[in-house]
Amino acid sequence: MDQIILVKYGEISLKGKNRSQFEDLLIRNISHALKGMDYHRISKAYGRIYIECGTNWEAIVEALKGVFGIVAMSLAVKTELDMEAIKQAALRLMEERAHTTFKVQARRPNKNFPLSSMEVNQEIGGFLLRNFPGLSVDVHQPETELNIEIRNEGAYLYHTTIPGLGGMPAGCAGKGLLLLSGGIDSPVAGYLSLKRGVTVEGLHFHSYPFTSERSRQKVIDLTRILAGYTGQGRMRLWIAHFTEIQKVLQKSKYPDLNITLMRRMMLRIATKLAHRERALALITGDSLGQVASQTMESLNVINAVTTLPVLRPLIGFDKQEIIDIARKIGTYDTSILPYEDCCTVFVPKNPATKPHLEQVLAAEAQYDIDTLVEEALAKTECLTVSDTVQVF
Amino acid sequence: MEVYLDHSATTPVDPEVVAAMEPYWHLHYGNPSSPHLLGVEAESALAQCRRFLAQVLKANNPNEICFTSGGTESNNLAILGYARAQYKPGHIITTAIEHPSVLNPISYLSANCGWRVTHLPVDSSGKIDPAFLARTISPETSLISIMLVNNEIGVIQDMAEISRVIAAANQGRRQKIAFHVDACQAFGTVPIDISRLKIDMLSISGHKIFGPKGIGLLYVRTGIQLQPLVFGGGQEGGLRSGTENVPAIVGLAKAAQLAVTGFEEHAAVLAELRSHLLSRLLQIPGSFCNSPPDGAPHIVSVRFEGIRAEVLVHYLEQKGVYLSVGAACSSHKQRASHVLQAIGLSPEQAGTTVRIGLSRKLTLEQIEYACDMIAASVAEVRQIYG
Repeated sequence: MDQIILVKYGEISLKGKNRSQFEDLLIRNISHALKGMDYHRISKAYGRIYIECGTNWEAIVEALKGVFGIVAMSLAVKTELDMEAIKQAALRLMEERAHTTFKVQARRPNKNFPLSSMEVNQEIGGFLLRNFPGLSVDVHQPETELNIEIRNEGAYLYHTTIPGLGGMPAGCAGKGLLLLSGGIDSPVAGYLSLKRGVTVEGLHFHSYPFTSERSRQKVIDLTRILAGYTGQGRMRLWIAHFTEIQKVLQKSKYPDLNITLMRRMMLRIATKLAHRERALALITGDSLGQVASQTMESLNVINAVTTLPVLRPLIGFDKQEIIDIARKIGTYDTSILPYEDCCTVFVPKNPATKPHLEQVLAAEAQYDIDTLVEEALAKTECLTVSDTVQVF
Repeated sequence: MEVYLDHSATTPVDPEVVAAMEPYWHLHYGNPSSPHLLGVEAESALAQCRRFLAQVLKANNPNEICFTSGGTESNNLAILGYARAQYKPGHIITTAIEHPSVLNPISYLSANCGWRVTHLPVDSSGKIDPAFLARTISPETSLISIMLVNNEIGVIQDMAEISRVIAAANQGRRQKIAFHVDACQAFGTVPIDISRLKIDMLSISGHKIFGPKGIGLLYVRTGIQLQPLVFGGGQEGGLRSGTENVPAIVGLAKAAQLAVTGFEEHAAVLAELRSHLLSRLLQIPGSFCNSPPDGAPHIVSVRFEGIRAEVLVHYLEQKGVYLSVGAACSSHKQRASHVLQAIGLSPEQAGTTVRIGLSRKLTLEQIEYACDMIAASVAEVRQIYG
């Protein structure tokens, strides 16, 4: 008897003619997640992906829990197209569920099978009731739902469904540039974008020597964690040299506006880089009202420098909700390492929470913005960070 | 030019030490416990190192040397090992400026094992008051642990006076108070006389004296009972099981030999480097020295008003000058070092403190260059922050 993992992918099956494109991408990402693991075959049919495997199914399910686009997984047994064989398989499967309420839910894509779905339900249900006196039927809210899928190559039986990560297959939604600071929020914003299929590239603003080599390493480590969710085990990270801009801004006549001016410079650099690298959106970890640069007024003034959509997946999240996700995805412990980042070294005493665009434009008039942006871009380096570990 | 000024954090391994260790990785690689020739080779090297280090420390007996994985383990073994060998919890006296590897086992004992602890306060130079120590000693006091040279500011405790106080307290006591000294920062730069100072346990670390990391020793005077922390095959007289790290022990012995031969010349070199360094640094406006004038010759703690220590450190590393921040602090919680706090610095002052760790191998030219770079960086950062 073969073990089969049935992978359900819900949302992408809604897509029209693109559907097989999405499915193929999901299969590619699944193959990548299972690289080096032992399984026989991955195939797709009837809105499902089937992974035939051996006794290592638990490890495979564990690996699939990190793949976006999978809604649920079920461990199924496959039998011959024969009611007796199906009954024996049902008996074994229901042994550990012998004292629950249940129903049988048969599907019959194979219309050549002599019994209809309803008939299968009734016959298998009755058979199980006769064999397990502790079992009772509840068609509305059963504790156990025994699924039977009758298909051309055999019948599949399963009763347990393990939730997957949900979302869309990584890489199906175009490229976005994530402003990655090294704090708690931006990696979570990156994760949520990856979840919707965005090909995420990170952009970090490095203010060495005001921030250290360790803070740079920290951002690389965060990128490495996110790379585990890209479906391909790697992610690009751009590191922009931001020191000169920081120095210039530090001399501003409007110290209260420093954060606003800094964020505007970051968005300008990000926009230029996005155009160059054909990214279609910027992504930030802004959560409304969390800090001075995240008030509606600040977002408005900061956003004014770009024409790209700025995705802010965390906009409605409370800090604790963000932290919960950060813990779940494994970025939290790295994010809280106490290294300086560019936002903490140059924070003014009283950052403006309600900056006015006219005032900001006046403050910027003293700088040669284009040159500053070009210089920072020229010093921007690109790393490809992989989630595989190498020792020397 | 590269000028490494963080010798209190760690030192590069001396090439002579590397050479001494080399054959013990792949030629004389036997397990000292093995009965065959290779084992005997390793065992005799081990015995030779033990004898040599006992001689350096003027210990009565080579068996008083217990090799460990380093200063931290030595301090843990001294404190936990001693406390666990007592039939009931007692009183430990230590100082407010000890290394965490002393403070943390002690706070473990006080939190979990019923020990009472006194942390002796220090004055603005970092020194404890021996008279205060005398008043603190009670009939329950069974262990006193005091570092010889502090790792952050370099203050040297008045061990002669401290030793007299403890000896006086021990007069007529049936159960003597044990005296442990953390000498990890002192060994090689400050003279240590175990017998005159009546030290019962002394911690030494290899990588602070141009030896390898992962090796250290605890001197344990004969008669002092310790419970092991690591159980196993009974190596190191049962005090520290595990196959001996022979190459590292050879390295430790060689490094100790290099440190003590020419001790006087080394001291003179360090004194000159230190005085030159200080005279240059204190010319920088808004500079202050946290180290006492009579401190260890190799540790200088200074601060520059308004300059965050991390920023200065990163500025200097670009210019090939490596030094250390004086206080652990993060962007979110300004947590000043307990040592700088104990000598009365404010969190702001602690946050601007850098530590310079000198060594006998530095030259005046290097110090000159480092001072030029420090002065230039301080000026540059001040200019940026306006």
